[in-house]
Amino acid sequence: MASNDFSAELVTTQAKRTTRPIWMEPPSPLAQVSKALILAAIAVIMLFPFVYVIAVSFSSYNDAVRGGLILWPKNPTLDAYRAVLEGGVVLRALQVSVGLTLFGTLAKMVATIMLAYGLSKPNVPGSRIVLFIALGSLLFSPGIIPNYLLVKELRLLDTYSALILPGLIGAFNLVILRNFFMNIPRELLEAARIDGASDWQILWQITLPLSKAVLAVVALFYGVGIWNSFFNAILYLNDTSKWPIQVVLRQYVLQGSAIPTVVDPGQPPPPVQTLQMAILVIATVPILLVYPFLQKYFTKGVLTGAIKG
Amino acid sequence: MRISQKAQPGLSPALTIPARKKMNLRQAIWRERWIYLFIIPGLIYFLLFQYLPLLGNVIAFQDYSPFLGFRDSPWIGLDNFRKIVTDPDFLIALRNTIQIELLQLIFSFPAPLLLALLLHSILSDRVKRVMQTIVYLPHFMSWVIIISLWEQIFGGAGFISQILRTQGLPPLDIMHNAALFKPLVVMQSIWKEVGWGTIIFLAALTTIDAQLYEAAALDGAKGFRRLWHITLPGIRHIIVLLLILRLGSMLSVGFEQYFLQRGAVGPEAAEVLDTFVYFRGIQGGDWGFATAVGLVRGVVSTVLIVGANWIAKRVGEEGVF
Repeated sequence: MASNDFSAELVTTQAKRTTRPIWMEPPSPLAQVSKALILAAIAVIMLFPFVYVIAVSFSSYNDAVRGGLILWPKNPTLDAYRAVLEGGVVLRALQVSVGLTLFGTLAKMVATIMLAYGLSKPNVPGSRIVLFIALGSLLFSPGIIPNYLLVKELRLLDTYSALILPGLIGAFNLVILRNFFMNIPRELLEAARIDGASDWQILWQITLPLSKAVLAVVALFYGVGIWNSFFNAILYLNDTSKWPIQVVLRQYVLQGSAIPTVVDPGQPPPPVQTLQMAILVIATVPILLVYPFLQKYFTKGVLTGAIKG
Repeated sequence: MRISQKAQPGLSPALTIPARKKMNLRQAIWRERWIYLFIIPGLIYFLLFQYLPLLGNVIAFQDYSPFLGFRDSPWIGLDNFRKIVTDPDFLIALRNTIQIELLQLIFSFPAPLLLALLLHSILSDRVKRVMQTIVYLPHFMSWVIIISLWEQIFGGAGFISQILRTQGLPPLDIMHNAALFKPLVVMQSIWKEVGWGTIIFLAALTTIDAQLYEAAALDGAKGFRRLWHITLPGIRHIIVLLLILRLGSMLSVGFEQYFLQRGAVGPEAAEVLDTFVYFRGIQGGDWGFATAVGLVRGVVSTVLIVGANWIAKRVGEEGVF
């Protein structure tokens, strides 16, 4: 089914939208069909797990227990989501993750913007050395145990700061922002300075409004990074009530812990499978929502980074 | 900068420049003093969280105990490093790391290249765009989500086992099978990251001059000869570059993917150097020894990437740095 759609699309779009260079031989039908089949197979392999998990998470008790190929819930229900969220732990983890992502992104943005602005100003003694120090951190990592000992010495264990502070400024993001700030016309900044504007005012009233797009991109990537971060919570948080959604997801889906749920008396509880998939979908949805933006900027970012080499 | 200060000489006497052309350093710093309020917090961050922990590696030379701390733990010289080569668990972790990395090099390294060549050969922009959107998707998911998704497909209660069950066959738990673990992680890596490499290869492919293809076609070169003589040489530098980066991370196959599945298949199959350091050090309390392993790994990685870069330059390719 899917493969037919795909090859049909391939053929029609080729006829309609694209022109083959004159020197290129007309492709053989066999080559075209096999290419279409390969592409369709790749698409199915990449998408099937997502489609299957989302469909089962909305399936009714009977459908889920019967199992088999479920690509669309026949009797859609929110039972699994209700049971999981009312159980408390998942809702709590979700709140933690949302809060961490919002505050963490804000903190990282403030820190990165300040340093990037400071380093973008020309003729500041010592700013080259600071930039060098920042970039040097890309070449090596101190290692997991020294990092852990530092967080412990700073008495940050079991605090949310431990999840944000150790990665507060990404050197790569710093360079992106600094380069962008440096490309803002000097005359604009000089004019403001002559009018007596302080650095705070210039940053707030000129630099930031001119950099909205690049700021949005950096914030988006910081946010996705925090949402996805998992191991630092394992490492630094012993208090399970502070766990973010990724850790809870692992606990229930990969370690098979019993999921605390609240179900109506007299009703069969939703099967474990659908509960697990509901948690999985909850952890995935925010990424899916921002994916269109991510893909757009990600492609550009990788290209500017890679093509130079 | 100077204009602004000439324009307001009376405002703040400290800011005015003497008649000399060159300012001395102290004056330059004083003139820019406010900007250091922006720079210093960030500098402190990098020194505190990126450089200070490097010093923590000294415990590799200690019989470190958290109760005694850095200062009072006994110094034991190179004993921890001597222990490394005879530690059976370390040797397992090293073997697994090298085996997995070789499999990744053979299978996951060329995968995006093949996909990029396939996509590049498709004339329709729309099909190309749709395919790219599909293959990039898992790159943005955390490993927890990826492994959980795979568990729902390949696990003991997953999709494949369910299908087998409805056919009256025994379930097949691929996720908990130690013998299948290494091929499995390679497939997971390809599934998650094939899109990332594809972007870079595709971009490199578009930089090849179309006239080369035309000239070759006029000379009678068919599809495969054009691929071999124009396309592949045209993106050779990118292939070499990515290979260098790959070799540089030879001893770090990644952490979370193995950490998450170690429980399912056991350390014999899934322990790699990174997880070894964590479980032996932070979980097992053998701090000094685990730090020594981490330190050796870090140094060897740096040597590898510098070496690969040097070789690439020797054979006439551009290096990373």
